[in-house]
Amino acid sequence: MTWSLDARLLVRRIDAGFPSPAEEWRELELNVHELLVPRPASTFFFCVSGSSMKGAGIHDGDLLIVDRMLTAQHNSIIIALLDGKATVKRLQLRAGAIALKAEHPDYPLIKVTPRMAFQIWGVATYVVHPLTHAPQPWSLHP
Amino acid sequence: MSQMLALVDCRHFYVSCERVFNASLQTRPCLVLSNNDGCIVALSDDARALGLKRGMPLFQCRELVERHGIQLFSSNYSLYQAVSDRVMRVLLPFARQMEPYSIDEAFLDVSHVAPDALLDYGRAIRATVLRQTGIPTSVSIAPTKTLCKIAHEIAKHSPEYRDVISLARLSEYELDRLLAKVAIEDVWGIGPRYTQRLRLQGIQTARDLKYADLSWVRRHLSVVGARTVLELHGQACIPLELQARPKKGIMHAKTFGKPAESLAQLEEAVATYTARAAEKLRRQDSLATCVHVFVRTNPFQHDLPQYANSISRRLLYPTAFTADVIAAALEALRLIYRPGYRYSKAGVFFSQIVPQSALQFDLFGDYTLSEHVRKIRLMCVIDLLNAWFGRDTVFFGSQGIAREWQMRRTMLSPRAVTSWEEIMVVYAD
Repeated sequence: MTWSLDARLLVRRIDAGFPSPAEEWRELELNVHELLVPRPASTFFFCVSGSSMKGAGIHDGDLLIVDRMLTAQHNSIIIALLDGKATVKRLQLRAGAIALKAEHPDYPLIKVTPRMAFQIWGVATYVVHPLTHAPQPWSLHP
Repeated sequence: MSQMLALVDCRHFYVSCERVFNASLQTRPCLVLSNNDGCIVALSDDARALGLKRGMPLFQCRELVERHGIQLFSSNYSLYQAVSDRVMRVLLPFARQMEPYSIDEAFLDVSHVAPDALLDYGRAIRATVLRQTGIPTSVSIAPTKTLCKIAHEIAKHSPEYRDVISLARLSEYELDRLLAKVAIEDVWGIGPRYTQRLRLQGIQTARDLKYADLSWVRRHLSVVGARTVLELHGQACIPLELQARPKKGIMHAKTFGKPAESLAQLEEAVATYTARAAEKLRRQDSLATCVHVFVRTNPFQHDLPQYANSISRRLLYPTAFTADVIAAALEALRLIYRPGYRYSKAGVFFSQIVPQSALQFDLFGDYTLSEHVRKIRLMCVIDLLNAWFGRDTVFFGSQGIAREWQMRRTMLSPRAVTSWEEIMVVYAD
């Protein structure tokens, strides 16, 4: 018996009545976090603002999961720091030139020139897109 | 196999934490301020270059801050702790054993690495931490903790060693030449009092201390000083502490954001501090036997009437049950409270701490096992709710709601990894 946090204390039943025949087969339930965040130390969450990545299935207000551990490659969807601003785009690497492609016809290709302050912050791995109108805690942003 | 350690130190950690989450800060000087936004506690290299220093009160450098557009931050402890946990997690697989030494430092046992591979190993540690967490570190490698600290001190002042330094392959002669450059007060474990005593003996540098007469050191600097001398010789005397030692006293004391005058306000503060301290107590599975409470006015405001007092109360039985300790602390506070003063600080201290397992029940007394279990269950639920849904999701009524005395943190950054409401925004435009 300890003071320390133990969720099982909350649900532990009193040992009365019939014991469950399946007790010793109890397994941990599936947890989506394990799947989406295999590397917790290098994973970060972002709230998406804007529609330029709609073609890639990333909508305004979605939750983006980003891993800093992965190496960005041609066609990776990345979080880039462009002149001090965090932006999400598809990375284009061709013949030594870097460009950032939007996934929406209204947004032009951004060619990265040496004069721009450019840095790859991380690689987007998953997007969480709500299919109901239920308010999401992360979308309460101003 | 001889021991080899690596000290990994996060460079200006609080500032680095702020910079990970704020793209526009990478090229701007930044400062992080202490509680109540009073003094500088962390600063970026470019801010240091402007002449700012740790410990400077903010009001003294206002002009400089405005002239250079320096970005200010209040201490965002939730953020720093979360980032620190991430850094430690990344370091763990690099070490045979590891001692997290502070929020931004850890000692790693790297004895398993071949001596000629140590520098590369250090570089790999640095690169991995930077890559995964965004936090820059410096890695100092040496056979003992004291030498690691010395290496870190040397690296700070020499740009070529800033990222990774290793004393592992130096000859005795080369090492001594480096030790001769480290002033005695910069040696780990040598405080201001010892510094003075050593200087009187003509011991000015780490090298002087290394070759000082051991019996003299033992006599005048006790066994602690003698251990330092041996460690300078490369003999490990201070082992890694692999398990946090349960604290013998637990303290929670804070300066108010705004002075408190009424008893009601002080009661809120003392109840809140007591609740926080009781939380720490439960985290290490301990019970307290004694509670001490102190209050004081601001000693720097000479024009105001001054008052300071403290009091101790013995608890009926060792406990970590918040309601019981709050009751005792408030009873104590009412005995020392005097009206008519502007109180600037209060604190609560638990002593005579015993492990939970040492509790004995009074067979015929009021405090029974079932009563104890009831209290444990209640506190478990409260601690869980507060861990899951955020601090103070549930709290005791005596802690108050207005809390006007609370710490002032006006320039707080978002809690980007611990609150859904405050995660970072990325622009798709």
